[in-house]
Amino acid sequence: MAKTPETPEPTAPVDAGTQPGVAASAPGGVGGWFANQIANLGAFAMDRVAAIGDVALFALKTVGWIFARRQRREVLLPAFYQIGVMSLPVVALTGLFIGMVLAVQSYAQFKAIGLETRLGSVINLSLVRELGPVLAATMLAGRVGSAMAAELGTMRVTEQIDALECMGANPIYYLVVPRFLGCLILIPALTIMADFMGVLGGYLYSNLLLGIDYHHYWENSRAYVDAFDFLMGIFKSFFFGAAIALVSCHHGFHCGHGAEGVGRSATNAFVHSFVLILLLDLFLGIWLNNVHDFFRPEGPRRLL
Amino acid sequence: MPATATQPTARRDQAEPPLLQVEGLSVQFGQQLVLRDISLDIPAGQTLVVLGESGCGKTVLLKTMIGLVRPSRGEVRFEGQSLSSMRERDLAHLRTKYGFVFQGAALFDSMTIADNIAFPLREHTRISAADARDIVASLIDEVGLPRTVLDKKPVEISGGMRKRAGLARAIALDPLLILYDEPTTGLDPIMTDVINELILRVKERPRVTSVVVTHDMNTARKVADRIIMLYPLFRLGQNESQIVFSGTPADLDRSRDPRIRQFVEGRAGNRLTELQDEQSLEERP
Repeated sequence: MAKTPETPEPTAPVDAGTQPGVAASAPGGVGGWFANQIANLGAFAMDRVAAIGDVALFALKTVGWIFARRQRREVLLPAFYQIGVMSLPVVALTGLFIGMVLAVQSYAQFKAIGLETRLGSVINLSLVRELGPVLAATMLAGRVGSAMAAELGTMRVTEQIDALECMGANPIYYLVVPRFLGCLILIPALTIMADFMGVLGGYLYSNLLLGIDYHHYWENSRAYVDAFDFLMGIFKSFFFGAAIALVSCHHGFHCGHGAEGVGRSATNAFVHSFVLILLLDLFLGIWLNNVHDFFRPEGPRRLL
Repeated sequence: MPATATQPTARRDQAEPPLLQVEGLSVQFGQQLVLRDISLDIPAGQTLVVLGESGCGKTVLLKTMIGLVRPSRGEVRFEGQSLSSMRERDLAHLRTKYGFVFQGAALFDSMTIADNIAFPLREHTRISAADARDIVASLIDEVGLPRTVLDKKPVEISGGMRKRAGLARAIALDPLLILYDEPTTGLDPIMTDVINELILRVKERPRVTSVVVTHDMNTARKVADRIIMLYPLFRLGQNESQIVFSGTPADLDRSRDPRIRQFVEGRAGNRLTELQDEQSLEERP
């Protein structure tokens, strides 16, 4: 029998049998409160595990599509330009200033023990091992990661990603793979730029303003920093680039509704990328030190 | 008992095998059940209009028909093939037989109108750039857009033009089934009728079947061979069919069901008081 909205009847409950997510209500009292807390904790843990699984599947699909189909030059080049070329100035500027800041902060201590000519060793080692790759990745996450999440999020909200699917085109192939490849391939170049500008900045400040001798500065740097240190930074940067692209694109693809959803996905893309960069940096640093010790059992070179 | 709307409304429907079959379809997001036990046959060549108030699940039904939304229960079959059991690649290939006109057109911001319309051609055919340009030009003519829009970006043209460009893109691959999601929402009355006329024009293409989701009664009356009306689940009892009407536009006007009369005549009824009492809405399951 038809119900009329004008003569409201008690609304029948929605078929609970068709709602597998509806749990039976917990008993009351302290026991019920604990049961609810445990249930909430369990639900939170399940959500986290599901989210990690979701990102892992997203990553697998992205890698799969790199090899499944030939990449189009007209899709790749604009992404590479945005990610690489447009990021160069800001990465270079950051590198230059960080090199100078390292010189400023280290000089007093080194001078106190009469080792100011060894300043280059510490500045350059810090730069090529840690600060160059991490700063380049941070700048990329801030400049490109947030933009990717916002752009893909807007495409999700305005149904452009759905439109791609409806036309039989795979959104991961079209939207994620070019950005992923851009980050993966170009972050080493950005890292080299950050390293170079940092080394230059550190030297300029040390030589021109602190008066450290040219010969000793470079001779000590050359003796203390070797190719492994430089390659270690470059190696780590590949992981940072992949993490930025996957986390940011995933946030864009799973954007919430409206402008608020797009804003939140852009913010989360940067925050989660940054945390992941630092975590990867720590664990890759530990692992690479072990690799270094394996090939050079005599241990690290000494400053003195 | 499944809610069925399979009774044919025109003699030619009985002769045609169904192009699309929806069987026992339920869709649930989290704990919210949006569609419950929907069964529906759409014969080839028919234009089906899905009516219903906002939030009743019309767009979800449309997106389930093309596999964008996965059903929690039941299945959708296109030419007898179940969408749920298909591999991703096969589903992508099948979608070339579909055209989807989105509510906001969903044109790609980064491309010109010409590139947007040519996108499915470039993706699925091996035609030359010159041939693609010719096809795009003829599609633009078919939807009544001036050729000057071809080099513009979607943000540079009006909403009505964007909808027409979206329609041109949807019919670029000569689809068998065209799905329209609220094609006239947000348009002025003249542009609304332009879109209605275009839907009729597209309907005259050989072998085209259409599903139009709308809440515009003028569109429904003008383009429909058959109309079904969905009703929000929270207003229905446990055993009531979610499809509260299935028939021709003339049947719709003759219907005495108060739910249908309220929608057709556009009466607020007691909805205003329902909205004022927010608490009562929040407490609904």
